[in-house]
Amino acid sequence: MTPDLLSAGAQRHAAALARAAASGTGGSGGRSASYGRLLGAEVDFTHGVALYLDELTVSFDGFKALNALSLSLDVGELRCVIGPNGAGKTTLMDCITGKTRPDSGRASFGSTLDLLRMSEAQIATVGIGRKFQKPTVYERLTVLENLELSLAGDRRVRHLLRARLDGAQAARLDELMTLIQLRTEAHRSAGLLSHGQKQWLEIGMLLAQDPKLLLLDEPVAGMTDDETARTAELLLGLAGRHTLMVVEHDMHFVATLAAGHRKVTVLHEGRVLAEGPLAQVQADERVVEVYLGR
Amino acid sequence: MTVPASPVPPDATPLDLTPLHPRLLPREGWLAVAVFVLLLVVAIPLAHLVVPEGSALHFGGFAVGLLGKLLCFAICALAMDLVWGYAGILSLGHGLFFALGGYAMGMYLMRQIGSDGQYRLPMPDFMVFLNWKEFPWHWALSDSFVAQMLLVVLVPGLLAFVFGYFAFRSRIKGVYFSIITQALTFAAMLLFFRNETGFGGNNGFTDFKRILGIPLNTPGMRVFLCVLSGLVLLGLFLMSRALVQSRYGRILQAIRDAESRTMFSGYDPVAAKLFVWTLSAMMCGIAGALYVPQVGIVNPSEMSPAASIEMAIWAAVGGRGTLIGPIVGALFVNGTKSVFTVAFPEFWLFFLGALFIAVTLFLPQGLVGLARLVWTRLRRGRA
Repeated sequence: MTPDLLSAGAQRHAAALARAAASGTGGSGGRSASYGRLLGAEVDFTHGVALYLDELTVSFDGFKALNALSLSLDVGELRCVIGPNGAGKTTLMDCITGKTRPDSGRASFGSTLDLLRMSEAQIATVGIGRKFQKPTVYERLTVLENLELSLAGDRRVRHLLRARLDGAQAARLDELMTLIQLRTEAHRSAGLLSHGQKQWLEIGMLLAQDPKLLLLDEPVAGMTDDETARTAELLLGLAGRHTLMVVEHDMHFVATLAAGHRKVTVLHEGRVLAEGPLAQVQADERVVEVYLGR
Repeated sequence: MTVPASPVPPDATPLDLTPLHPRLLPREGWLAVAVFVLLLVVAIPLAHLVVPEGSALHFGGFAVGLLGKLLCFAICALAMDLVWGYAGILSLGHGLFFALGGYAMGMYLMRQIGSDGQYRLPMPDFMVFLNWKEFPWHWALSDSFVAQMLLVVLVPGLLAFVFGYFAFRSRIKGVYFSIITQALTFAAMLLFFRNETGFGGNNGFTDFKRILGIPLNTPGMRVFLCVLSGLVLLGLFLMSRALVQSRYGRILQAIRDAESRTMFSGYDPVAAKLFVWTLSAMMCGIAGALYVPQVGIVNPSEMSPAASIEMAIWAAVGGRGTLIGPIVGALFVNGTKSVFTVAFPEFWLFFLGALFIAVTLFLPQGLVGLARLVWTRLRRGRA
């Protein structure tokens, strides 16, 4: 972890503790409980929980894609989610981002925002970014335009008609372009990029949104070993500053991300089969049986 | 594992951000605009009104009328390009908005006939024929030019807004959306065919005499309406150009390419699509209002499914997503049509079909794409 990230995280933690202490009301920081606050609400991470899923169930024509799945992510955590095909990994992301409405269960972002009552756009606005399994970029716009549209800001039509980049946004574009190593491709159509470059562009678009929680569905699918290694480096650099959930099949990649006793979650048939450090999970009999052993 | 704290290397070339704030038109573009305005405002009136009829330079009444008509169609094609070329929404019902604008204008023109109709009564002939004693409620404002001109944009705009709101909110897309728009215009056509609807049934409105008290059937008025159509086309073109070059224009294209990505980036595609859809319908309404006094008739055939499909063909032939392409396409297809239907009337539909197939197969970018290809080849050849 880079020193600046560590210090930023430590400062934020200290600030959170100070807030709680100053209000003198203990854990809830002086706020009254209010479920389902929606628009204009800021996400509340003071409890240290970024994402909390409780007993989520989704069924498609009787088939339970998610079966009473419960999961929670701490703020700043990098969590890998693995599992065999059909385990419910993509459905899980669909539920968090509002694409699929679960039949029952709860999902909250931070400790106050009820994700199940928000639209896709609202969920994105409060700070959840998602990368699709198939890289999804705006093919006929240039790389620069793809990033510009993803920058955080007012998304209403009347603003978009007159929107111009300010200095900070221009600097941010410059910084992102270097980070995703597409600077020389800035004015090419995104559709002309290689598969790996599209993946990076989409990650860049996610970062441009400045999300607090990033959901990445198979971010290294179709990448060369070199690109995979660079992606791992990038994601590890983001952990701490952002909360990340990574769904991946590539076990080498997972091992790189989960180094240092990070937790890994194994899904099977729509529920959590095992959770813990990678070594422990890999040693679990049930996991070996359904997934790793085969 | 380090992420560069200041990731811009010192030797990096500064990122060129000018494409995000482009100029409205390049220098050659403004030159073309100037030539267009000169031709329209000076050359055509001179050639029609001043040059004597026998001269080779004389521009006859038929030609002026035809040009005016083509310019109205070009406005429709431009409106079509905004929704289809940029936002990826294929409408097969834009003829309805065109016709509604035309009918709003037609109602006013019918009232302007006054007592000069066949029955010499202060009501439109079709109402006298139906033995109506007073105007139906929706004719209440028809005597006021200002009110009817507002209705020219408000009626198509409101219909498009309400229809679009429900269609986009229900996430109806692609071919399903196209089919519904087609059904909408067909249903409206059946409604307007009925005499009791109060729009003249299958005859529609015709036999117009004057507008704002000025006689319609004079060379001066003919040239004025033609020039006005051209200037309105130019104005709407520049407006559309500003629109597609803004960040809003880019989000429309993003919705066209990957709608779900825009939602997960926090955009509301319903609002973005609804705005351009309503605007496009209003543009068609204006085109219809300019068209009706020039051709002297409006009837429900303007709402026929084929009329709307033709608009899509103009846009496809000219080149979608270029703004200028659909304008060229509308002028080219309709210009050819007026030649063909005189020379070989029975072959026009075959020709139109063949043209559409040829463009789809060989010219996905339309005529403008072809011109660009030829231009780059020539330049490369020279270099």
